[in-house]
Amino acid sequence: MWNTIYGWLDERIGFNDLYKSILDRAEPKGNWWNTLGSATLFLFVVQAVTGIFLTAYYTPSPDHAYDSITYIMNGVAFGWLIRGIHHWGATVMVVLVFVHMLRVFVTASFKYPRELTWLIGVGLLLLTLGMGFTGYLLPWNQRSYWATIVGTQIAGTVPFIGSFVLRALRGGPDLSALTLQRFFSAHIWMLPVALGGLIGIHLYLVIRHGESHWPRRDD
Amino acid sequence: MADKEVSRRDFIKVTTTIVGGLIGAALGLPAIAYLLDPAFKAGAKEGWVPVGKIADMQIGVPHPFSFTRVQVNGWERTSNTRGGLALLRSADSNDILVLNSRCTHLSCTVNWKEETQAYVCPCHDARFTKEGAVVSGPPPRPLDRYAEFHITDAGVLEIFYQES
Repeated sequence: MWNTIYGWLDERIGFNDLYKSILDRAEPKGNWWNTLGSATLFLFVVQAVTGIFLTAYYTPSPDHAYDSITYIMNGVAFGWLIRGIHHWGATVMVVLVFVHMLRVFVTASFKYPRELTWLIGVGLLLLTLGMGFTGYLLPWNQRSYWATIVGTQIAGTVPFIGSFVLRALRGGPDLSALTLQRFFSAHIWMLPVALGGLIGIHLYLVIRHGESHWPRRDD
Repeated sequence: MADKEVSRRDFIKVTTTIVGGLIGAALGLPAIAYLLDPAFKAGAKEGWVPVGKIADMQIGVPHPFSFTRVQVNGWERTSNTRGGLALLRSADSNDILVLNSRCTHLSCTVNWKEETQAYVCPCHDARFTKEGAVVSGPPPRPLDRYAEFHITDAGVLEIFYQES
């Protein structure tokens, strides 16, 4: 029975080919440093799942944001766990993305034919930092409020267009309900969708080119 | 032993499945509890609610009253207004019928209509007798009653309210 269903699906989807090209592909002899990309991908999935769960209670409004998070932490079963994973996962993800980038740089894995993989990786780095920046405001406590004041003020120092960038980020001259709402929108929709798309291309390129071997003495 | 040796590949497969399953369960089960948590929370507490003075009631005329129950839901206080009808049947101030004015069909509030001598529900035109029995319309059962009530020394009717 199960075999029949599996066979029917396999004939149309081709699990075997998928398995071979994605999970069973040839790898150069590597070490733990080669696992950082996968670790980052794992964290992205964890962040996506815990983030989706957080939206079941979180309210992006100045009146309720702080209270709703207090409620998640103290009032909901395992709310502390879900938010704790999301909170620490965010920090670890930024660290992992950086270390992954360093590894690729040090082993010169960004060279032909993998330049595009690197460039997309730069996009992923920026988007990850964007996720950190927008997510930081959402608890709407003193620290996140002032961090966003400072962060947007820094963006405001860009020559010529600075004050426009500041107003575009804040949704006006001041940090307000509009800021919280647009940061929330960016945090749960725009940036994750862009991240997901770029991750797809990044992975496709990794699978297409295979992983680079560790540099030899004469490389 | 040699012929039972587990290949490296199989060992990795099995360990990955087990570890992955453990992580999935350790995260998945709390996640379900997290989502369903509000459904397990207890509702508003029961208690005695004063609804009106006996002196204000006329014998044989339903006396409408309403009261507000406050419940903390999440980080917000939700207040719900409940209503009822107290009917003083005779000069004996304990001979009172206290009805819940929430229609037993779909929870709209019924009103006493003097001209038809019936409680009428504005939503689907259901009618109930003065005692709460269904005269016409879709309600499946008579109006609910506040069976427990007492009159304080100051002559105030108090009902025992329970979240249903």
